Amino acid sequence: MSPVLSGVLQLLALVGALALAYVPLGNHMARVYSSKTHLRAERWIYKAVGADPDAGMTWSAYLRGILAFSVAGVLFLYLLQRLQGVLPGSLGFSSVTPAQSFNTAVSFVTNTNWQSYYGEQTMGHVVQTAGLAVQNFVSAAVGMAVAVALVRGFARSRTGDLGNFWADLVRGTVRILVPVAAVAAVVLVACGVIQNFSGIHEVGQFTGAPQQWNGGAVASQEAIKELGTNGGGYFNANAAHPFENPTPLTNLFEVFLILLIPFAMTRTFGVLTGSVRQGYAILATMAVIWLGFTALMMWTEFAHHGPALQAAGGAMEGKEVRFGIGGSSVFAVATTFTSTGAVNSFHSSYTGLGGGITLLGMMLGEIAPGGVGSGLYGMLVMAVIAVFLAGLMVGRTPEYLRKKIGAREMKLAACYILVTPALVLVLTAASLALPTPPHSMLNPGAHGFSEVLYAFTSAANNNGSAFAGLNANTDWFNTTTGIAMLLGRFLPMVFVLALAGSLAAQRPVPVTAGTLRTDKPLFSGLLVGATLIITGLTYFPALALGPLAEGLAR
Amino acid sequence: MKNSVTTGARLFGAGLRALLALTLVTGVVYPLAVTGVAQGLFPGRANGSETEADGRVVGSSLIGQAYTLPPEEGQETPEPDLRWFQGRPANGLGTNTLNTEYRLLLSGATNLSAGNEDLVRQVEDAKAAVVKDNSVPGHAVDPSDVPADAVTSSGSGLDPHISPAYAELQTRRVAVRNGLPVARVERLVEDHTEGRTLGFLGEPRVNVLALNVALRELSAQR
Repeated sequence: MSPVLSGVLQLLALVGALALAYVPLGNHMARVYSSKTHLRAERWIYKAVGADPDAGMTWSAYLRGILAFSVAGVLFLYLLQRLQGVLPGSLGFSSVTPAQSFNTAVSFVTNTNWQSYYGEQTMGHVVQTAGLAVQNFVSAAVGMAVAVALVRGFARSRTGDLGNFWADLVRGTVRILVPVAAVAAVVLVACGVIQNFSGIHEVGQFTGAPQQWNGGAVASQEAIKELGTNGGGYFNANAAHPFENPTPLTNLFEVFLILLIPFAMTRTFGVLTGSVRQGYAILATMAVIWLGFTALMMWTEFAHHGPALQAAGGAMEGKEVRFGIGGSSVFAVATTFTSTGAVNSFHSSYTGLGGGITLLGMMLGEIAPGGVGSGLYGMLVMAVIAVFLAGLMVGRTPEYLRKKIGAREMKLAACYILVTPALVLVLTAASLALPTPPHSMLNPGAHGFSEVLYAFTSAANNNGSAFAGLNANTDWFNTTTGIAMLLGRFLPMVFVLALAGSLAAQRPVPVTAGTLRTDKPLFSGLLVGATLIITGLTYFPALALGPLAEGLAR
Repeated sequence: MKNSVTTGARLFGAGLRALLALTLVTGVVYPLAVTGVAQGLFPGRANGSETEADGRVVGSSLIGQAYTLPPEEGQETPEPDLRWFQGRPANGLGTNTLNTEYRLLLSGATNLSAGNEDLVRQVEDAKAAVVKDNSVPGHAVDPSDVPADAVTSSGSGLDPHISPAYAELQTRRVAVRNGLPVARVERLVEDHTEGRTLGFLGEPRVNVLALNVALRELSAQR
C-alpha cells in the first residue's frame, strides 16, 4: 500500500467514525442543554455557587456570568503558577515568572493553550492537573454554552431569556465532557499514554547513563485536551511525544476526539432549532472546507517542495515515523481548522504551502469545524453574513431561521468578524516595526515573518499552535499574545451574545416562497464561498508575504 | 457606584465558587479516578512501557534513545556506536535550563523551515554520515537510497522508530561490526518490522530499542 493511499484511508476511517457518532452525540447534547432535571452532583455545585439553575438570563447577564467565571479562572491559575515553588507535588520546579504566568493563565482560560513554556521542565503535577487540565474542561464548556445561547436566540422568540449560564457550564462539563474524556483517557492508557503521579525518577538506558523521567496525569489531560479543542501539551513536543500519542491508532483517535464535538454540535443546533436539515447544511459547509484542505495538505506534504525537504527526499522533518506524512497531515489540518492547536508534527518544518494551510485554517476563524462551541457560533455568524450577501443580490430583507437580519444584527456580525483580523494584523505589524521583537525569530526571510504572523493568528483565534521556532517567552510576546488571546476570545463572545439577545427578542417571520432556503446545498455553497472570500482575502497580503512567498519560491 | 461594586464582587464570588467546585470534579476526582483505573488495568503502560533486558530496565519501548560511545574528553557530541542500529537525528531537543539539578528527558523539534540553509546543511551532513557509516568494504551506500527519516529530526526528538528502509540500510554495517552473517541480521530486521496498524494506519516501522536488544542477545549467543 502506498503512503498516499494509507493517508486517504485514514481520512475515510475518520469520516466514518465521526458519522457514526454524529446523531447520538448531537442528540445527547441537545437533550443535555434542554433538560429540566438536575443531577445530584449538579445541585451540589449550584448550591456552592449560590445560583438558581432554572432562572433565565438576558444576554448581558449571561455574559457577566462568563466574565466573572473567566476572571476567577485567570486569577486562580495565575496564583497557582506563581506559588508553584512552595506548593507540594510540584517536582521541585520553581514558581513561574509573572509575564509567563499571566500568558499561560490567559491562554488556558481562553481555550487557546498557547505555551511559551516547556511543559516537562516548568509545570509540576499540581499546576498541570488541578490548574491547566481544569481549564481544559471549563473553557470548552464556556464555548459550548455561548454556542447554545446563540442557538436559543434563533430558536426562541419574543423573550430576553437565553438560558442560565451556570446550568449550561455545569451540564456541559458534567454530562458531556467528563464522561467522554474519562472513557477516552482509559483508551489512551491502554495504548501506552502514561497516567501516574510519580516524581522524577531514573530509568536505565541501553547504553550510557540513565534518563530522568517525570511522570504525570498525561492520559486524563490528553483526552480533554483533544476533546475540548484545547491543545496544550503536557510535554514540549505535545502530541508528537510518544507518551502523549504512542501509536498510529491513538493518533487517529486523538484527531477523532478533536473533531467529535465541533461536528456533532451542528446536529445539536438542528435539533434545538427544530430542523435537523439546517444542521446538515452547516455540517456540509464545515466538512467541505475541512476535507478540501486536508486533501491539499496531503498533496503539498507528499510533494515536499523546499530545499531541505528535497535534499532529505521527503517531508519528514518534525514528523514521527509512526504517523508518517498522511497521519501528520490529517492531524495538522484538524488541529488548525479547530481551535485545538495540539500538534503531532511541527508545522514550522512543513512545506511553505503546508504551513500556509495551517495558518489559513486559523484565519478562516476556525469554523471548519472549529472549536467546541466557538466553531458553531463562528459559522452561524458567517451564515448571517452569507444570507445578508444573498439578500443584497436579490434585493430582499435577509432572514435566517425565520429571524430578520436587520441593521443591528449585521453590525454585530460585522464587528465579530473584524476583531481577530484587527488584532492579528496590528500586532504583527507592531512586532515587526519595533526593534527587539524580531530577535525572537528562529528562521530568516519569509518564514521568520510567518513565525510572528502565526503567533498572533494563533493567539487571537485561540488556537495555540505555533511556528515554534519563535522565542515567545519574552515580555513583549507574553504580554501581546496574552492581550490578543483575551480580546480574541471575549470580544467575539460579546457580539455573539448580543446577537443572540437581539434574535431572541424578535418575533419569527413567516416562511414564504421568496425565503432563501438555508437548508439546501446551494446555501452551503454560498457559505463556503463567503467564508473563503471574506476572511481569506482579509489576510491575503499577509499570506503573500509569508507562506506564499516561501511556498512558491524556486 | 457602591452598588455596582458589590454586584461585581458578588458575581466574582459566584464565579470563584463555580471554579473551585468544578476544580474538585475535573481537577481532583477525574484525574484520580482515571489514574486508579489505569494503574489497576494497565500498570505497565500507565508507567511508561518500560522494557527489560538481562534483568534490567533498558528504557521505554516508546522512547527513542541515543546509541553512542562514551564521549571522550572535550568532545561535545558523542560519536554513534556503530555496533548498534541508529535511530533518527534529534537536533531540536533543547537543554535543561530551568531546573539544572535534573537531567530530564526533554522533547522538541528543530522548527527549522524547509528553506532554511541550516536545515539543508543538517540534512546534507546527516546524509553524508549515513553513507560513510554504512558503506562497508565491497558495498558502498548510494546516497539516493538513504530514506528521509534517516536524515531528518522527528517532531518529539524521541522517535522510537525508523523506517524499514533505514533499518535495512544499516544491516551490512551492523553485521560486520558484530561479526554476524548479513542474512541473519536481515532476518532480525524483518522479524522486528511492524506493518501498518490494521493494515492502513500509520507507516511501517522498526522499533530501534527492541531491535538492538534482540541484536545483543544474538551476538551474545555466538
